[in-house]
Amino acid sequence: MYDGGKIIVGLIIGIGLLLSPFFYNAGKALKPPEPELTPKAKEAKVCVASKEYMRNNHMHLLDKWRQTVVRNAERYYESADGKVYYKSLQVTCLDCHSNKTKFCDQCHNYIGMDPYCWDCHLEPKENK
Amino acid sequence: MGISRRGFLKVAGLSALMAALGKSGFELLRPGQVEASIPLTKGKRWAMAIDMRKVTPEIIEECKKSCHHYHNVPEFDNPKVEIKWIWGEEFEHAFPDQQHEYVSDLIKSLEFPLLCNHCSNPPCCRVCPTGATWQREDGIVMMDWHRCIGCRFCMAGCPYGSRSFNWGDPRKAPKELNPGFPTNPEFPTREVGVVEKCTFCNERLAKGQLPICVETANKIEKDSFIFGDLSDPDSNVRKALRKHYSIRRKTELGTHPNIYYIVA
Repeated sequence: MYDGGKIIVGLIIGIGLLLSPFFYNAGKALKPPEPELTPKAKEAKVCVASKEYMRNNHMHLLDKWRQTVVRNAERYYESADGKVYYKSLQVTCLDCHSNKTKFCDQCHNYIGMDPYCWDCHLEPKENK
Repeated sequence: MGISRRGFLKVAGLSALMAALGKSGFELLRPGQVEASIPLTKGKRWAMAIDMRKVTPEIIEECKKSCHHYHNVPEFDNPKVEIKWIWGEEFEHAFPDQQHEYVSDLIKSLEFPLLCNHCSNPPCCRVCPTGATWQREDGIVMMDWHRCIGCRFCMAGCPYGSRSFNWGDPRKAPKELNPGFPTNPEFPTREVGVVEKCTFCNERLAKGQLPICVETANKIEKDSFIFGDLSDPDSNVRKALRKHYSIRRKTELGTHPNIYYIVA
């Protein structure tokens, strides 16, 4: 191999540069953000389903709501404890969770998720 | 000898052509088949009777204002990109098939409020490739804006011009024409590339409220807009239609519009 030393040194420097962000950020894993509850949400104590279910499956629930409201005109949802809710992201969900930046966006940004709900549905007015 | 190679190819080719064209052609040419697959109004059929002896241009203007305010419909002041759910039009343009030289002065002077006719045989639903617009069981021609891909087939299909296309982001509509837009925090806006139209205020009907235009018009002039169930012989709409002479737009097209205009 001609100029073997130079090539190997170059490769090491190159790979080193490529991996430098990993070394730089090693051990400094960004903590997953905790969704913040508004006083109103705290007071209500319960959501339309259990906290664990909502944490993992809120997108499925919203999708189901969207389908049933628009396509089947079923506008009310009965939760497990028998309470009836008006199925609406904009009117019902965001009424309690009016702190969209702290409740929705934080986590969505953390996992690089960009839901397109807000292209049409209005975001709540927040005092930032 | 039975059949020549040439003869066989001719028959085979023709049969293949017939098989391919025949079925789809048959489906296209049989109107009502697509609609029949959806269970039509189960005892309910929403309709509107508009009493033209009571409606004034001011009422139409107020209806338009309240409807567009309620549904976050932006104003552009440019007919090329305008979005309208309800609007006013003179007789000649609303009823081109019934217009003639000697139409009465009274009819000529009227302004007709136009909106989606919520046809019983809606051409827009037949042409929608994604099922984003369809007829509900109560007769409302509904739209699912989540599903609209903006192909505008429905706009070509609708003979009433009831559908509008969002050429731009409605939230970027000129601020000076749209103070406080979006005006209703409980209703979404649409996005660029989506078709929209009147949905007979189905979200208000679900709460037991009348469509916003009916509410507005009747506040100004009682019983100018009559909304009700056409399948119920005792409904206010049926009573009004029984009593007075009414016309509908472009009935010769077979769309069976459900907006009736009482003229006498």
